[in-house]
Amino acid sequence: MSTLTATPETRGADPGRNVLEARNLVKSYGHVVALDGVDFELRAGEILAVVGDNGAGKSTLIKTLTGAVVPDSGEILLDGQPVHFKGPLDARHRGIEAVYQDLAVAPALDIPSNLFLGRELLSLGLLGSVFRRLDKRRMREEAERAMAELKFRLPSIASRVENLSGGQRQGVAVARAAVFARKLVIMDEPTAALGVRETGQVLELIRNIRDRGLPVVLISHNMPNVFELADRIFIMRLGRRAAVVSPKTHTMADVVAIMTGAVKVEAG
Amino acid sequence: MSSATPSAPDPDAGLLSRTKAIPAIGPVLVLLAFCLVFAITNPRFLAPHNLSIILQQTIVVGTLAIGQTLVILTAGIDLAVGAVCVLGTIVAGKLVNLGYDPMLSMLFAVILCTLSGLVAGALVSRLDLPPFIVTLGTLGILTAALRLISKGGAFPVQDDFLGLTGNTFRVGSFVLTYGVLAMLLLYAVVWYLLNETRWGRHVYAIGNNPEAARLVGIPVRLHLLQVYALAGLIYGITAWLALGRIPNADPNALQTANLDSITAVVIGGTSLFGGRGGLVGTLIGALIVGVLRNGLTLAGIDPLWQDLVTGILVIVAVAFDQLSRRRR
Repeated sequence: MSTLTATPETRGADPGRNVLEARNLVKSYGHVVALDGVDFELRAGEILAVVGDNGAGKSTLIKTLTGAVVPDSGEILLDGQPVHFKGPLDARHRGIEAVYQDLAVAPALDIPSNLFLGRELLSLGLLGSVFRRLDKRRMREEAERAMAELKFRLPSIASRVENLSGGQRQGVAVARAAVFARKLVIMDEPTAALGVRETGQVLELIRNIRDRGLPVVLISHNMPNVFELADRIFIMRLGRRAAVVSPKTHTMADVVAIMTGAVKVEAG
Repeated sequence: MSSATPSAPDPDAGLLSRTKAIPAIGPVLVLLAFCLVFAITNPRFLAPHNLSIILQQTIVVGTLAIGQTLVILTAGIDLAVGAVCVLGTIVAGKLVNLGYDPMLSMLFAVILCTLSGLVAGALVSRLDLPPFIVTLGTLGILTAALRLISKGGAFPVQDDFLGLTGNTFRVGSFVLTYGVLAMLLLYAVVWYLLNETRWGRHVYAIGNNPEAARLVGIPVRLHLLQVYALAGLIYGITAWLALGRIPNADPNALQTANLDSITAVVIGGTSLFGGRGGLVGTLIGALIVGVLRNGLTLAGIDPLWQDLVTGILVIVAVAFDQLSRRRR
């Protein structure tokens, strides 16, 4: 029954298969063209970093992928099937979860409550169906199991989130996305509000999520983080895909040069 | 730090944090302290007869404070609690005095109070108006309208059904009314809603971090609307309990209901900033307000001093909340 999908649907799928794909995405706001024909693909089992200067179209791209923005034209394929997200809930129902920069947790609630926020489990039988009673015990057990599986260390599962460090709090938000995502997780600057040590905790968590087989799209300004984590780096410039490179073959300086237009690369 | 496995030792399960986990422990101590002072200064205070009266005197403010708790948990505030309740008593009383069926009259009055909450909720949730202003406006509108309807004066409401909740029964040497039972029943029902259901969990989440609530897919606006409507319904039921206490519909009644209900909520440990606290504390808080007013009356002190002391109490309680918030 486990509501916590311990095994993502994307796990064990042949590596290299495209989980999420976008073709020729266009989105403009008035005269401003935010996306100018962007192709995008996320492969099974990878962490794909999306980088670009401010205004390069990163956030618009991400918003189209999470359903927050509907593109003017172009298509989005999830597991090869065309999808048309009408809103963020729509994307969530199809197995795409998002994590945001600001800590999207309720500080006075405990960890299981935050993990299950909006998706609380009800008791079995009449207590649940008629009296709508929460199954707090089951939520606590599932939360403990999920945190253990993600190897994320917390003082106590019953702690209120406000008693956790910033990194642990963001860890709860990341774990929530990982636990409910069936296809992929999109993270928008998940460590921007954190210190160095706390960032380390969250990066490790992201790596564990990838190792469990869930692909991750990571938007980040932090080049060292990107090079530490990413399997591939998707570079945007002026609303277009400037290049997709591997951190093994390119240096940070290369990526920055592509980002700023100092070096031109054939899209690919 | 230990990992979050079931077998791991739980450092949070110490006695100290267990005590902290019972949020009502502070208010209970305050209540006991007040009782002690009044019991020492006046032997009549602890008499079963007087304790029964305190419970009966707590009914109206105690029940209004349930609705106030719901609103404050969403980081709002309701300054129209008393006015909406008076709306209920006047409408029900007027209709019955005009010869309408008492049960239908009361039902109509309760529905009207619920609608009043619904309108306030719509203004807060749809137009994003501050709850403070919406309910302050409602207070002004209702107070004036009710004085106009009743031409300024109070009028007696003599009806068996409307007065039903004032009927008494004995438990040992205590004399309780059905109103006391109704209040406790409402506390139990709303406590269950807040603590054991998704709906309640989402009330806390919205008060805590509305943006996070929205991001996880909770329909925040609809939820706020429901909270204000439920609060209005509770104020309407309170109108029935109020008529059981005093068979009189008075447009000038319950003037201190705002002060008393807000005091009950915050002294009970619910944060004015939303998302923290609960109904057990509010019930204790309402008893504190009741004990305070009763004790001062027994001591023969001018009622104006009661308002003064209640005013000090509410400020002290909020100061505590603010300080503990800063420490977080």
